[in-house]
Amino acid sequence: MNMHQFPALAKQKRLQATEWLRLHVAKPRQDTGAAQHSGMVALYKKELADHLSSKRFFIIFILLFLTSTASLAGAISNIQDAVSQSSEFIFLKLFTTGGSSIYSFATFLAFLGPLAGITLGFDAINNERAQGTLNRLASQPIYRDSIINAKFLAGATVITAIVFSLGLYVGGAGLLLIGVPPSMEEVLRVLVFLVIACVYLCFWLALSILFSVICRHAATAALAGIAVWLFLSLFMSLVASGLANMVYPLDGMEGMFNTASNYGMELALNRISPYYLFSEAASTVLNPNVRSIGVVTMSQIEGALAGALPLRESLLLVWPHIVVIVALAGIAFAASYIVFMKQEIRA
Amino acid sequence: MGQSTILRTHGLCKKYGDVLAVDKLDLEVHTGEVFGLLGPNGAGKTTTTLMLLGLTEPSAGTAYIDGLNCARDTLKVKRIVGYLPDSIGFYPDMTGRQNLHFTGQLNGLDRDVCARRAAALLRRVGLTDAADRKAGTYSRGMRQRLGIADVLMKNPKVVIMDEPTLGIDPEGMRELIALIRDLSVKDGRTILISSHQLYQIQQICDRVGIFVKGRLMACGPISELGSQLQSEGYYVLDVRILPADEHFATLVRALPDVQNISQDSDGMFHIESRQDIRTFVLDIVVQNRYSLMHFHQRGGDLDEIYHRYFEKAGDEHEHASVSGPGKAKTPAGN
Repeated sequence: MNMHQFPALAKQKRLQATEWLRLHVAKPRQDTGAAQHSGMVALYKKELADHLSSKRFFIIFILLFLTSTASLAGAISNIQDAVSQSSEFIFLKLFTTGGSSIYSFATFLAFLGPLAGITLGFDAINNERAQGTLNRLASQPIYRDSIINAKFLAGATVITAIVFSLGLYVGGAGLLLIGVPPSMEEVLRVLVFLVIACVYLCFWLALSILFSVICRHAATAALAGIAVWLFLSLFMSLVASGLANMVYPLDGMEGMFNTASNYGMELALNRISPYYLFSEAASTVLNPNVRSIGVVTMSQIEGALAGALPLRESLLLVWPHIVVIVALAGIAFAASYIVFMKQEIRA
Repeated sequence: MGQSTILRTHGLCKKYGDVLAVDKLDLEVHTGEVFGLLGPNGAGKTTTTLMLLGLTEPSAGTAYIDGLNCARDTLKVKRIVGYLPDSIGFYPDMTGRQNLHFTGQLNGLDRDVCARRAAALLRRVGLTDAADRKAGTYSRGMRQRLGIADVLMKNPKVVIMDEPTLGIDPEGMRELIALIRDLSVKDGRTILISSHQLYQIQQICDRVGIFVKGRLMACGPISELGSQLQSEGYYVLDVRILPADEHFATLVRALPDVQNISQDSDGMFHIESRQDIRTFVLDIVVQNRYSLMHFHQRGGDLDEIYHRYFEKAGDEHEHASVSGPGKAKTPAGN
């Protein structure tokens, strides 16, 4: 701006400068960074408080708590059978053993966990818009991205709290019931599993925030999130095997040759779904006896000694899975971030 | 002028696709004045206010508030500019007071500063009794007053209000207007109000800008705008006499510069002329012994100014698109 054009303005600026010195040198905490930071923290705290006091958080937490209890009960009743096969890593079996008609904790988390992510995020932005609080928020001296950042971070914090409290609940209650203390390795494996679960749920949180940015109505966003969740968790495996059978038919003479390609394609398609990725990663991390994922030929097995993998090797096995889950969460959040930043604030 | 300019735009444009929402806006608002941005719905008022706050990026041109570039120094601008959007909303599960505290925290205020300022502002807008009720239970008028308190939490130099009087009952309106006037007179803040409700604006604005189809048609104090219209040769005189007979109409029609005289259903004559003919008409009334019931020269109030400028904008638009002949009225020169 050309100051010569507006002498009055220039003078005012100078006045402001002296005033600024008088006001701010005494308390330097008012600098841009600190003020910006405090705005973001205020927003984060409010979001967190909103989540923790909301009915839906209560409902989803009770739901997950009850299913965890059910899966723990199933695990306890079946753990004797499991132990008769292999008496190692009994503590981990609490998380991976299911009852006769009930899934294991890991499976429950993989299937129902996304619901928590979706619930926490589906009205993040569109509700602010509908309430008319978004433009009020945006006119405060905070960067626009701190709105979506604070919302994501608050959701992620709640998810971490849910996952760890459930994991510690199952571990603690199970420990009391079976009375076999876990080894360090087992504890580490459970912690790694819980961290992966957090990232996995954060992917669903980010996805539902994305829908909340795109969809005008919270209901549409929730339905979109639930539709994607159901498709990827339930129907993706059907689609994968269907497509694989179409491309590589297993009938007749040709089927013999197609077996490997068919399975490879089905697996590749399944791994598009974060549900499948998480399930594979979880079962590998929680079960040291899983030595490979995917197809193994007879010649590869030949001469191998049956034995448990150390944690490092298990992690190495599912490292791509973990990277992809982290990347998916990152991509989903980045997409919602970009769309939100480009959107018009006005309704 | 001895006044300093706090808000200045230069060639500000905003395009949405092919639609030009704001067209080369040059606006100056002086420090401490109440400026009314008037225009019909969809004239680009809200777009302009959003550009001033840096919430929307201008397609071209610049806007400065207090020497800060609105498109670049958005954070600094937002620290000194309070914005009251037209559909103001609050978090329904938080009380009015909590909503204000939250705004204060977003502005980086200390906890005790927040509490003190919120209490003072709630008293000022008359919401002390309702302060600890959930904001979701507030009426439209209460929300609007809470909105003003909310804007003042950051102690802004400039307050931008978008349709602040929309949907408020007359009594609430009176209070609201007094409140807005106070912001300027007592606190010395600069206020920019965008609205299509003329009467309210007329009461509080020092200057108005008339905004039609993205362009500023006229700008100045209301009285000046009125005389501007009259200097362009358009006068309407309302006269009611007894007896309201045809003879009067013939006499008036014979006067020079009278363009048209019409009589409405309740006997009022409307005389359109190119000059101020009040003295001549009065002469006719007196000489013919009519009793005068009503005598009013139109043009002074905003309603008419507004209407005239819209007509002009419409004319220009037609000229531009049809370029048809036969339009007697000249397009606006400024």
